Amino acid sequence: MSVAVAAYDAKQEAFAPTSEAGPAAKRIVVAFGFWVFLLSDIVMFSALFAAYAALVRATAGGPTGAELFNQVSVAVQTGCLLISSYTCGLMLLAVSQRRRTDTYLFALVTFVLGAAFLYLEVHEFAGMIARGAAPQRSAFLSAFFTLVGCHGLHVTAGLIWLAVMMAQVEFKKFRPSVDRRLLCFALFWHALDIIWVWLFTAVYLIGIRP
Amino acid sequence: MTDTLYDRAPGEISRTAEAQRLTLSDFGIYTVGFVLAVMLTAVSFWVANTSLLWAPGVAMGLVVLAIAQMGVHLVFFLHITTGPDNTNNVLALAFGVLIVLLVVVGSAWIMTNLNENLMPSQEQMNLHMQR
Repeated sequence: MSVAVAAYDAKQEAFAPTSEAGPAAKRIVVAFGFWVFLLSDIVMFSALFAAYAALVRATAGGPTGAELFNQVSVAVQTGCLLISSYTCGLMLLAVSQRRRTDTYLFALVTFVLGAAFLYLEVHEFAGMIARGAAPQRSAFLSAFFTLVGCHGLHVTAGLIWLAVMMAQVEFKKFRPSVDRRLLCFALFWHALDIIWVWLFTAVYLIGIRP
Repeated sequence: MTDTLYDRAPGEISRTAEAQRLTLSDFGIYTVGFVLAVMLTAVSFWVANTSLLWAPGVAMGLVVLAIAQMGVHLVFFLHITTGPDNTNNVLALAFGVLIVLLVVVGSAWIMTNLNENLMPSQEQMNLHMQR
């Protein structure tokens, strides 16, 4: 390890100082811009989280979270999203090593798991609305559907994006522009998983405690 | 690629061949992150359902577990490091975390104060919440 650090440092010193490095590569600029977008998206989610936290007790005599949420379904959803995040990372590795079949395989697994997550969520929403726990029932339910539904919309957008990217890999082949978009997609998918970690913690585990 | 030594794209693993030989493979990094994330998730669900722990402390424990899992995702999946080539990414992240904390903690603080100070009786509070 120390040998690697020393070699890395020696190599770094051999280059000119940062002020003489010139403009960053397009790949870095694009991914950094997308990173800033993701952070702003997370800031938007934080506002929805704050609204949920403020309204979680405002059930207006209607059903509470403890009565509505099914923890087994949430655990399965969490598993789907976590595994799909892992396979998304493996897809990115396959892309960087130009392994076409593996790219399609991991993208397919990612897509199927994302779709399974979405199916479970829509199923949960439909069940709640059928029991009279629709968004207009109470402030708590409005906040819940806005917060969780917004994450669901992001997952939907991610699935469409992934399908489009696979079409681009098929027809445009691997090239720098496609690589950049795949990198951005992977960032997006991992960020969605981070938001889901906070969702299941705040809404489904802490939110139902008395 | 000299540019990778000054800046690195978020989500990109690019190390010197020497460093790659001596540490985990790229596949190993994702796998370690995945195993850690699964463990933290399992612990979260166990903590929420067990009666072995002191109940009032469970919520705080769950928050700590979520922060840990967020760290695992950032390091192993998004490859945010403390290296000099990652300074821009880390600074952007730090600013994002600052705004998120301001929004969430600030809202919780204000709303708790409002609930405590502006609600004379339980009955009126219920009326207010139902509107």
